[in-house]
Amino acid sequence: MTQSVVIQVGQCGNQIGCCFWDLALREHAAVNKKGIYDEAISSFFRNVDTRVVGDGGSISKGKICSLKARAVLIDMEEGVVNEILQGPLREVFDSKQLITDISGSGNNWAVGHKVFGSLYQEQILEKLRKAAEQCDCLQCFFIIHSMGGGTGSGLGTFLLKMLEDEFPEVYRFVTSVCPSGEDDVITSPYNTILAVKELNEHADCVLPIDNQSLFDIISKIDIMVNSGKLGKTVKPRSLVTSSARALKKHQKPFDAMNNIVANLLLNLTSSARFEGSLNMDLNEISMNLVPFPQLHYLVSSLTPLYTLADVNIPPRRLDQMFTDAFSKDHQLIQADPKHNLYLACALMVRGNVQVSDLRRNIERLKPSLQFVSWNQEGWKTSLCSVPPVGHSHSLLALANNTCVKPTFMELRERFMRLYKKKAHLHHYLQVEGMEENCFTEAVSSLSALIQEYNQLDVTKGMPVQDLPRLSIAM
Amino acid sequence: MSIVTVQLGQCGNQVGFEVFDALYSDSYCSQGLCSKKENEAYQASCKERFFSEEENGVLVARSVLVDMEPKVINQTLSKAAQSGRWKYGQHACFCQKQGSGNNWAYGYSCHGPKHEESIMNLIRKEVEKCDSLHGFSIIMSMAGGTGSGLGAFITQNLQDQYPNALKMNQVIWPYGTGEVIVQNYNSILTLSHLYRCSDALLVHENDAIHKICAKMMNIRQISFNNINQVLAHQLGSMFQPTYSAEDSFHYRRNPLGDLMEHLVPHPEFKMLGVRNIPQMAENSLPYSTFTWAGLLKHLRQMLISNAKMEEGIDWQVRPPLARLPALGKMPFNKELHFDTSIANLVILRGKDVHCADLGGFRDPALYTTWLKPADAFSMWKTQRAFNKYEKSATLVSNSQFLVKPLDTIVGKAWNMFASKAYVYQYTKFGIEEEDFLDSFSLLEQVIASYCNL
Repeated sequence: MTQSVVIQVGQCGNQIGCCFWDLALREHAAVNKKGIYDEAISSFFRNVDTRVVGDGGSISKGKICSLKARAVLIDMEEGVVNEILQGPLREVFDSKQLITDISGSGNNWAVGHKVFGSLYQEQILEKLRKAAEQCDCLQCFFIIHSMGGGTGSGLGTFLLKMLEDEFPEVYRFVTSVCPSGEDDVITSPYNTILAVKELNEHADCVLPIDNQSLFDIISKIDIMVNSGKLGKTVKPRSLVTSSARALKKHQKPFDAMNNIVANLLLNLTSSARFEGSLNMDLNEISMNLVPFPQLHYLVSSLTPLYTLADVNIPPRRLDQMFTDAFSKDHQLIQADPKHNLYLACALMVRGNVQVSDLRRNIERLKPSLQFVSWNQEGWKTSLCSVPPVGHSHSLLALANNTCVKPTFMELRERFMRLYKKKAHLHHYLQVEGMEENCFTEAVSSLSALIQEYNQLDVTKGMPVQDLPRLSIAM
Repeated sequence: MSIVTVQLGQCGNQVGFEVFDALYSDSYCSQGLCSKKENEAYQASCKERFFSEEENGVLVARSVLVDMEPKVINQTLSKAAQSGRWKYGQHACFCQKQGSGNNWAYGYSCHGPKHEESIMNLIRKEVEKCDSLHGFSIIMSMAGGTGSGLGAFITQNLQDQYPNALKMNQVIWPYGTGEVIVQNYNSILTLSHLYRCSDALLVHENDAIHKICAKMMNIRQISFNNINQVLAHQLGSMFQPTYSAEDSFHYRRNPLGDLMEHLVPHPEFKMLGVRNIPQMAENSLPYSTFTWAGLLKHLRQMLISNAKMEEGIDWQVRPPLARLPALGKMPFNKELHFDTSIANLVILRGKDVHCADLGGFRDPALYTTWLKPADAFSMWKTQRAFNKYEKSATLVSNSQFLVKPLDTIVGKAWNMFASKAYVYQYTKFGIEEEDFLDSFSLLEQVIASYCNL
């Protein structure tokens, strides 16, 4: 079995990471009742004998002693990381996994990328090497960050390049939280565009997440819960609402939202960790979903939404779960895959679902979806027999679809509004190593990406024609 | 004479388990409907082919399990151990930590050469356990990375190291609506490589078996277990012991060799398919009776109308009155109503087999002109009933049945290849565009040859 290392950068990255570890522990506890350290747990956790001083304490087999997350926590301020260390998850991390500063990046990509990048390069590398050494077969780095601020955006993308140089064989999957239109950080368009260029060049797969979409999903769940239509209140152990206890007892507005992202990562990796009748390893994700290296942005949706919140509604038909996964209001970014062009689509199913359910739904949904001419049957499927805790089944749909384009176009527009006036530019340019052409290169990298999607969109609706084949002389 | 099985990848290992389980449970089932002596001979023959015996009497499958990640092999080993009836050899499996990621090139060019020695050693040890080796049955899917890529690599190696042993690949054909996005690339690479080094490719289509589960077995929620069990039943009905038409006293000792001799008369044509009837849910069996005449009439029509199961047979299809080879060239897009055969083998098992009339299969109109019907058709039989069916018939054929699915896969792969999508994933591991083109031209040749029968 392979292992993955999670790198959580900045405030947002660490908060999501925290939710993730909480859920991951719960999931493995639910499956692994005997408390034996098995291969499934080993994919995200080390088993450590805490009585041993130094680094010799790793145990590969036997009873679980003390689980340590395969993670590196990076933030350029101390608040969130300190909170984690005082919270219920403190045992899962030790001080050797942390990198913090006190000054913060001031919502400035250049400070995170250029200043802290060079300042902490050695230290980060050392901790990453350590984490990699502790793996038997390291397959993937998961980077969790936000794009709008300074640390997650700047330093987060800095280490992407570092990983590429240092661990070229290891996949780099990035979960990027994009700022929504009404973001309170004025410079967020700058930070985002500068970060996108790095993602274009150095990531294997990017799962963009939009705060607004998360917020809408939570509101939708709230309305359903409070309308009383469902007849019952929320279960105390609901997935979206309860794991917030990892940080503090009382809820914060972002917790429920972060929890959705954490669930995304759990479902993405479940088929690699647990048994199933149709496994899907992490290296199959990019193999199947990324037809051209630069088109590696995957739009995700998690269904069923309401049972995801563990709201007690009568069990919906299984097919509704598949239908919802393609609807606009279940996507984790503001996008409409159904009315755009699919390059490829993965359906990752967990729980009590069989291959006939998959085939039936693919055949049912296919006529309403548009696939690119050369990939008319662009489906990748997996069946994992272990459902999420407390649920009977779930679906994660990953779409490589031109519907991400509007998000990029809107970003570019917001960027240009600021950039035309040269607003706040001096904050960036005074950072050493930051030139104006960093901005122009970033925006042209984004434009090139948009252009790629445009070219695909043009083919939408065209009749699919078979190309002349090789002819054989008889 | 023994057959060594090599099961590769998730699909190959899951199917392999079901095959051995089906062979075992048929051999030791109490409903053989024949004399004790007959039954014992049958069991002994099955054992010689597929199992070795430990000192304590436990049967051990003559099989090597190969996968590039450990989950499926662990699961398969423990399922076999739990069955309490047979098991896999203690040192018969090989797995690594990281799978091939649906990438044929990764399986073929990286995992293959890297683990060649270890895997071939395991196979050699298994071969050495046989008093006499007859051949290999290699079970693999062609959609993924390990079964397809590593499977092709290992088959080539077997060809190099055991040139005299026969190699039959059990190729699991993916769903047409897609289960792996790069399945068409992986498939054309697999098929073209196997065509160069294997003696025969026995094709099992997921779509066809899925329909059998739904329509014939009446399974509502179909799992891969269900599908694999139907597949295992078909393979079992092929490989369990039988008598030949000439010798009805000794079980034939060389099923693979006889099969190839009958069914693969020319190296250009080595795609085989298997059908069997009747198929039904186990709980309906006691309420059903069959006649040989009825079963064989249906089976023959299934053959000529290219139906994969007893339901939905097109009874309008008739063999042409006279074969006119000059007009035999059929354009690609023409609907192939009548399926011409190169060769057929019918295997009958159960009560009153001696009464069965196979005249319908000896009709020269069914076959090509270049093979005499007497050479093109053969029949094996035994009175021993198979897997609780009082009577059952299996048809293994080398015919035009695969032209359409093969043409579809090559066409889809070609469309994708023209856009260059995903090709970078293959060149990364040393499979170049040239290699793709070689595969395309080889398979176009195969399609054309079958079309022109």
